[in-house]
Amino acid sequence: MKAETFPRPHTAGANDVRNPGMPLAIEMFEAHAVNRSAAERRAATLTTRRSVKKANQAAWLVNAIRCIDLTTLAGDDTEGRVARLCAKARRPVAEHILEGLELQDYGLTTGAVCVYPTMVPAAVRALKGTRIPVASVATGFPAGLMPLKLRLEEIRYAVGEGAHEIDIVITREHVLKRDWNALYDEVAAMREACGEAHLKAILATGDLQTLRNVYAASMVSMQAGADFIKTSTGKEGVNATLPVSLVMIRALRDYGDATGQRVGFKPAGGMKTAKDAIAWQVLMKEELGDRWLQPDLFRLGASSMLADIERQLEHYVTGRYASSSRHAIA
Amino acid sequence: MNKIVKLIESMDYGVAPEDSAIVTAWLKKHEAGFGHFIDGAFTAHVRQDRLEIINPATGATIAHISEGGEAEVDAAVKAARAAQPRWAALSGHQRARHLYAIARHVQQHARFLAVLETIDNGKPIRESRDIDLPLVARHFYHHAGWAELVDSEFPGASPVGVCGQIIPWNFPLLMLAWKIAPALAAGNTVVLKPAEYTPLTALAFADICREAGLPKGVVNIVTGDGRTGVAIVAHPGIDKVAFTGSTEVGRIIRSQTAGTGKKLTLELGGKSPFVVFADADLDAAVEGVVDAIWFNQGQVCCAGSRILVQEGVAERFKELLARRMKTLRTDSPLDKNTDVGAIVHPVQLQRIQELVALGESQGATLIRAGGPLPKSGSFYPPSIACDVEPASVLATEEIFGPVATLTTFRTPEDGLALANNTRYGLAASVWSENINLALDVAAKIKAGVVWINSTNVFDAGAGFGGYRESGFGREGGREGLWEYLATPKPTGRRKEGALPALSAAPGETAPAGTDLGIDRTAKLYVGGKQARPDSGYVYAVTGPKGRAVGLAGLGNRKDIRNAVEAAHKATGWGAATGHNRAQVLYYLAENLSAREAEFAERLRAMSGESKSSAAREVATAIGRCFWYAAQADKFDGAVHQTKSANVTLAMNEPLGVLGIACPTAAPLLGFVSLVLPAIAMGNAVVAVPSQVHPLAATDLYQVFDTSDLPGGVVNIVTGERDALAKTLAEHDDVAGMWYFGTADGARMVEAASAGNLKQTWVEDGAARDWSGAEGQGRQFLRRAVQVKNIWVPYGE
Repeated sequence: MKAETFPRPHTAGANDVRNPGMPLAIEMFEAHAVNRSAAERRAATLTTRRSVKKANQAAWLVNAIRCIDLTTLAGDDTEGRVARLCAKARRPVAEHILEGLELQDYGLTTGAVCVYPTMVPAAVRALKGTRIPVASVATGFPAGLMPLKLRLEEIRYAVGEGAHEIDIVITREHVLKRDWNALYDEVAAMREACGEAHLKAILATGDLQTLRNVYAASMVSMQAGADFIKTSTGKEGVNATLPVSLVMIRALRDYGDATGQRVGFKPAGGMKTAKDAIAWQVLMKEELGDRWLQPDLFRLGASSMLADIERQLEHYVTGRYASSSRHAIA
Repeated sequence: MNKIVKLIESMDYGVAPEDSAIVTAWLKKHEAGFGHFIDGAFTAHVRQDRLEIINPATGATIAHISEGGEAEVDAAVKAARAAQPRWAALSGHQRARHLYAIARHVQQHARFLAVLETIDNGKPIRESRDIDLPLVARHFYHHAGWAELVDSEFPGASPVGVCGQIIPWNFPLLMLAWKIAPALAAGNTVVLKPAEYTPLTALAFADICREAGLPKGVVNIVTGDGRTGVAIVAHPGIDKVAFTGSTEVGRIIRSQTAGTGKKLTLELGGKSPFVVFADADLDAAVEGVVDAIWFNQGQVCCAGSRILVQEGVAERFKELLARRMKTLRTDSPLDKNTDVGAIVHPVQLQRIQELVALGESQGATLIRAGGPLPKSGSFYPPSIACDVEPASVLATEEIFGPVATLTTFRTPEDGLALANNTRYGLAASVWSENINLALDVAAKIKAGVVWINSTNVFDAGAGFGGYRESGFGREGGREGLWEYLATPKPTGRRKEGALPALSAAPGETAPAGTDLGIDRTAKLYVGGKQARPDSGYVYAVTGPKGRAVGLAGLGNRKDIRNAVEAAHKATGWGAATGHNRAQVLYYLAENLSAREAEFAERLRAMSGESKSSAAREVATAIGRCFWYAAQADKFDGAVHQTKSANVTLAMNEPLGVLGIACPTAAPLLGFVSLVLPAIAMGNAVVAVPSQVHPLAATDLYQVFDTSDLPGGVVNIVTGERDALAKTLAEHDDVAGMWYFGTADGARMVEAASAGNLKQTWVEDGAARDWSGAEGQGRQFLRRAVQVKNIWVPYGE
């Protein structure tokens, strides 16, 4: 069987039809109630209602790898560090595991590599010859409190260096002050600056605090043309949680019901285990359906999750519990 | 294609069966059949009349149990009786240690019990594992605490004795815990009958009792069907019957126990409303429906089975609900991915199918969850019935399956009217982000449990139980423990005897005394007005020497009807503040005090008691006004400690309209001592005063009139007490009945109350010393209220 017939990792430009956005429509979110205790209850039971075992679990974990935005966003990032990360993105699990799964020809890679703007050239070089997109954070990541002009310029810089996806941060102040026009205009301007590159809007939900804020910010971002909505920078006090994710993907569903557009979702930060990878996929499957288990509509923003997935896959293949020291580090 | 690639393409969950090998081996070990658990040991299995136990998911026979007859029940009651004194004599701390040990052992065997429950009952393993078993352990822990505290927290109370407990098949082990834990904590011993479909976890629990070192005879388990239940209820050695099950059987038990003096609690059926307001989080409410009606296949007495949605959001809600139904998985209960398991028994499945077919013939349209059903076993797809008229069988009958109705309403008032349009009153669920609206509706819904923005939340620390025909009594919390405690019973030297026949013909004797002044006619008092008796007759009230002292109206059933109607119109009284009610009661005392001498004289004339005794009776009545006025704003409910981020309010609510048949003796004090606590708590009363000496009560209506007591709050119908009491006890719109009279009358009242399952309090009319401490107290107030638990989760 030829590799081409397999589902391919997401590549830039091979996406779903992009969300064109729409005029700001405050009535789509302002009166929308979100009950926290109910959301928490749903989130808590989602993962106890579903269980994925054995071969199915292996498949789900491989699928999670396809959706990982393998990320390094640290002050001590260097070109060498980025190159090593990219090497892991190209070959996310050890060869003997792929053989055990009979996936040698599958072309398994992570969904993308995510770096700071100045690291984009290094990532592009390291991923040359692959179809793995380079994602860059931008817009004064993580706080975003830079003049808009500079933030837009940063987007253009990253795109110019070859980034296929831009993870922007919204101005939390606009949400906290309910200045929806300002938020809309900002994200719309960023979308324009992205050009062909896809825009992932980071809501920094840990800063927004309330689930109503999360719902409203999700909706405004989508109305302004976001291709993805993303929970966190990874730098807030609280990062991706299931209740927050639940509210965001319900906003995403409501936006889709109203416009017919599909928008992607990316939880980020705090997810470390294979169990988390399963949990978030269950969430997507249950609330949105299988279409949102593909990398063009679903990404997991994580750095250490891959190592745990690799260990679990090794266990599936060998029947023995694995050691990370036998796996290549990112 | 490679297997993993195929699975990536499908992204199916696959199967995730719970391992049941250990339970299967246990069943194999008991292949020959189970006996009963009596006096700490299992009896031999009796093949004759034995019952077959099936796994409803497969239809396979998994065990046989013995059918307990009168002999087995008798042996079990004897064992419980023998064990009870020693069990009650243990210190609370020692009983706490036993309950604590049971809780620990239940936890240690939690997985075994969960798997067994799922195999026996058909509920998904997720539920037995994550919901039933944790609640079972929690119940025993909580009641280990009550055992420790019962002496200090309930001073003067004692155990009831031997409790006969009959539990249903929907939560076999959890209902066992709800019954056994409080009974044991309070010092009772029990004879419990598990449901005939699902006895296995109870039998495993019996082993756990042995393992945990529970003294023999404290817990006895007799298996069998309805006949066994009848034998337990009928056994003279049973002091209290606790039943959870259908309203139909509850009625039979009420009739069967009438006049026996057995304490009774009934937790019966429901048709609970699930009210979604336009400002609700609709996704939360949709998920609520899943937990309300598809939890345990809808076989839940408090299932939210009538979904009421405000018109503005009804379309969207229905769309979201229909979408959610698509992801529900109805499958093998042992699979960890199953949302909806098997219906407990083919008989129940057939009942659901028949009710739904009847509903469809009456115009209902069904939305059924798609997806395949298992090929064999008893399964029914999650369903929503639309286009259901209020009179449809689907709107009125408890289906006890995964079928809810969906109806729209316009305004909060409209929604409330639909919510309360039921004979039941077990639970309700209210969805709104507006706390004013949610709490207003919660307060007005007639149900023992109201969940705001949540549903089917349980905790041992809160009371659970119904209003109306959903039964009476509470399980859980402080209010639940009261049901297993007895307060000292007053006993008289001589029981109240039969009353003399009334004569409505003109009397032959002139009124006693010659200084009565202008003749005064005592009428009935209905709706705040004096009313002539419907019959048009009066009867002679005689004094101590048989001489007439006056005439009283000869009330009949139509007067009772009118009085009950008038009482229902006094709606403002229950909603008034305790302070307002207190003011009326103080005013009553003031006005009674102004006429103290006149009332004393009347008592003297009727009963011939001494001047000082009559004066004391009036003075005590005035004191009682003060005491209940004082209590009117102080008999508080509670905030229970249950879940985190949740306020669970236990509110004392009036029963509504209360019938009171007064004792013959203490004509003023008996009347006042019963009516005052009832109205202090916000009830409206239809009282039948002492038949022999009614004039002390009828004199009171002028006092009521001058004391700003709203019309209809107290209604007085004089006449033949037991006939009037019977009409009251039978009245479907009377919520409670207190009867102080003869043993025959007590039996009659309890039997007649079965019609709408009203709460009753019956007692020998001559037993209580109304002049002393027995004549007033918190127990009167407890009888005058029912506890509503309102669950309010919070967090933004």
